Amino acid sequence: MQIDIVSLITIFILAVFVGNEIINKVPPTLHTPLMSGSNAISGIAIVGAILAILVDAGDASKYIGLAALICATINVVGGFLVTDRMLKMFKKK
Amino acid sequence: MEAIQITNILYLISAVAFILGIKRLSHPKTARSGNLLSSLGMLIAIIATLTYPGKEFDFTLILAGVGIGAVIGAIFATRVQMTEMPQMVAIFNGLGGAASAFVASSEFLSSPNSPFIIVCLSVFIGSLTFTGSFVAFGKLQGFISGRAITFKGQQAINAVIALLSVSLILAPGLFFDSSMYSGYLNAFFVIIVLALILGVGLTIPIGGADMPVVISLLNSYSGIAAAVTGFLISNNALIISGSLVGASGLILTNIMCKGMNRSLANVIFGAVGAESEGGSSDGKEMNIKSYSTTEAAMILDAAEKIIIVPGYGLAVAQAQHVAREVAESLEAMGKTVLYAIHPVAGRMPGHMNVLLAEANVSYDVLKDLDEINPEFEDCDVALILGANDVVNPAARHDQSSPIYGMPILNVDKSRTVIINKRSMNPGFAGVQNELFGYDNSIMVFGDAKDMLNDLLKEIKEL
Repeated sequence: MQIDIVSLITIFILAVFVGNEIINKVPPTLHTPLMSGSNAISGIAIVGAILAILVDAGDASKYIGLAALICATINVVGGFLVTDRMLKMFKKK
Repeated sequence: MEAIQITNILYLISAVAFILGIKRLSHPKTARSGNLLSSLGMLIAIIATLTYPGKEFDFTLILAGVGIGAVIGAIFATRVQMTEMPQMVAIFNGLGGAASAFVASSEFLSSPNSPFIIVCLSVFIGSLTFTGSFVAFGKLQGFISGRAITFKGQQAINAVIALLSVSLILAPGLFFDSSMYSGYLNAFFVIIVLALILGVGLTIPIGGADMPVVISLLNSYSGIAAAVTGFLISNNALIISGSLVGASGLILTNIMCKGMNRSLANVIFGAVGAESEGGSSDGKEMNIKSYSTTEAAMILDAAEKIIIVPGYGLAVAQAQHVAREVAESLEAMGKTVLYAIHPVAGRMPGHMNVLLAEANVSYDVLKDLDEINPEFEDCDVALILGANDVVNPAARHDQSSPIYGMPILNVDKSRTVIINKRSMNPGFAGVQNELFGYDNSIMVFGDAKDMLNDLLKEIKEL
């Protein structure tokens, strides 16, 4: 899939603005869960990792993809679980 | 509709889920459902990828990778203690960087015609994030000295490595033609090595107290690496999610820098907290009054309004639970107890809030800097537990102090300041705290947990 580079840059810039808007509204008390949650989201590299593990890919390419997949899955699973564990504790009496 | 369009719509749905998920983090009440929404978004992205039209996946290998990663991730997430969250986030930042670098490498090896500059940018940022994060982890865990490690010519070496990397990223595209694949390949490997070294070189001179900035910055890098990788493989999901994380990390970095009144450049290159910097023991004698927990309990008994100021020392001593017990028994005596949270208290943004949430402290009594500072005026006792630089009044008036200009908690305005510290060692910024010598200050020495346990007993016996 080749998309024109300008539309990729457009998406990138707009996403940065959206990120700016929503993240500025996160209160300081939730900054740690924000970080661990964004760790999990940066595990989106899992998509790239899966796309690299093709039947007809070369060995090097495939196994480097596997390394990426392991790292990214740790981030996704660990990130979402630990964030949930933390957020569960935030209570108001 | 073409199959690929369905895939892209699924990616769009997952991006929207991430955005709405983060949006729900704007309040503790909705935050947990937000995290769930984000994880659903991730699931959708994974399903979209596994059904990608025209690709034949090696499912055995994918299953193995996901299995290994999921087990390791779940073990980390369930075993880690709340005091160790900075270390955990540091590791995850590093793995995020590594994952992006691996994806870009794999792409480059399978299609040599990939745009070389983008390949290298992704690999460069990812590798630098990887080693930088592991150095940060080592410092937080105590494997490496938490002090700033500096040597002569350090910044020159870093500058040379950075310059060399930039030229290697740019030059092949200008001078090599597409037939010189081995030339590209060599440049690619050298760039990886340079980035790995630079990650260590940039992080090692940063002191422990500046870790909140470093962790936020590395968090941002891991997002940027994912976004750049998204450009490489033309994938919107990576671009959008990566830039969300990149923006989040940068915003937190900015908040942390403001919390210390330092520029980002000063944090990265200033090497504050180096061993040699103990220059503030400039002969000024301080009159330190050391009190027992019994006396401290009596002072608290006479107080009506008490503000607890937690710092990294509280985390190290794992004293958050007993701190809450002390606060509860004081509340049971009809006193008001609040908590003052400085933005850079602890080792990562929001570190203290998570610890106190774990100890079952209600989040509405945790007050940030602007909210709590006026409260010190009519506060009877400020109880400082393992915080140091964030309560040093020198930041307000002593222009020669390295922390001059940093917004601090004005604990010295309270009638009495009770400071618990393990010893008289200066804080991580290497600065002696003049607060300890103030007329209204008293010191109670000892490990925070032991001291608070004693204090709890004394209060109950009153």
